Amino acid sequence: MIRRLWRFLQPYWLTLIRPSTSLSLGLLVVCGFIAGVIFWGGFNTALELTNTERFCVSCHEMRDNVFAELKDTIHYTNRSGVRATCPDCHVPHNWTDKIARKMQASKEVWGKIFGTINTREKFVAMRLELAQHEWVRLKANNSLECRNCHSADSMDLTKQSERAAIMHSRHLFPGEKTCIDCHKGIAHRLPNMAGVPGWN
Amino acid sequence: MRRVVLAACLAATMLAAATALAVDLPGLRGPTPIGETKESAQIAREINDDARRSRNYPEQPPVIPHSIRGYEVSLNANRCLSCHGRRMTEMSQAPMISVTHFMDRDDQILATVSARRYFCTQCHVPQHEAKPLVPNGFTDIDTLIERQRKTLGTAGTGARQ
Repeated sequence: MIRRLWRFLQPYWLTLIRPSTSLSLGLLVVCGFIAGVIFWGGFNTALELTNTERFCVSCHEMRDNVFAELKDTIHYTNRSGVRATCPDCHVPHNWTDKIARKMQASKEVWGKIFGTINTREKFVAMRLELAQHEWVRLKANNSLECRNCHSADSMDLTKQSERAAIMHSRHLFPGEKTCIDCHKGIAHRLPNMAGVPGWN
Repeated sequence: MRRVVLAACLAATMLAAATALAVDLPGLRGPTPIGETKESAQIAREINDDARRSRNYPEQPPVIPHSIRGYEVSLNANRCLSCHGRRMTEMSQAPMISVTHFMDRDDQILATVSARRYFCTQCHVPQHEAKPLVPNGFTDIDTLIERQRKTLGTAGTGARQ
């Protein structure tokens, strides 16, 4: 079987590895460069296309559950009109981390194809597990996605309520806690929190 | 016949009362006619100063002196208890929910918040910097006693403290 496949592919392979006799090296380099730009640009454009609110909400699982819940929260609508869209919190901004997350997301494509959460009931039943994935991720990277916008350095404690200022200086600044430890459910409804530390 | 007259009298009285009420109490929408949409007032700011308010009577549930935007209180989670719960107060330095919240209706104290006291905002509400929509003439008991004491001119009726 493999031998037959090789016999079929052999002439193509030999053509591919033989040096060109009629095309100049310069032309090949220029063509290679242009093709590279097109492929790389295409790849990144497609990648960025999957990094938009519109793309996320094109699945009813997202639109009817988590997106509907986001709409009430301060991350969707607020006094200054800055909106955190889905990828702002759920996809790392750093390129390598982003690619790693995108590869992980192939599991989500699987889930979409096989309808893992295609009804409200299925989604609610899986909500704790899905939320835990995000909590673990944000805990592990020290709430990186929160900190892309909310940096501890730029936090003006005098503009916060007294209670918030005390909490942040007592727990956040010494690094004892990270954003997600206290701000679970900031943008979506919570799963059953029985047994989650910090929740009665 | 007498019954009919009685019913007619009653109806007339009710109609008169309703008319009088309609004149005196135009309702929260004010004098705007039914067919028109009233211009909505600006949403009042939430009070967020964490300063405790005195209660108007001892049984009054204390009001919430901070913003509770986005705080989930549902079957799944209770955001209030993540600061005001018994085990959380050391971390949060927030007042603990009172022991009455652990009691069932037979006054038996349970290990955790009683189901009938679980939904905080049924009784405790945040405050807004808003003018009352209707005037409120409530006077608390201490003021009443004080007033009576002054009119009677007696000191120390034993009613206070």
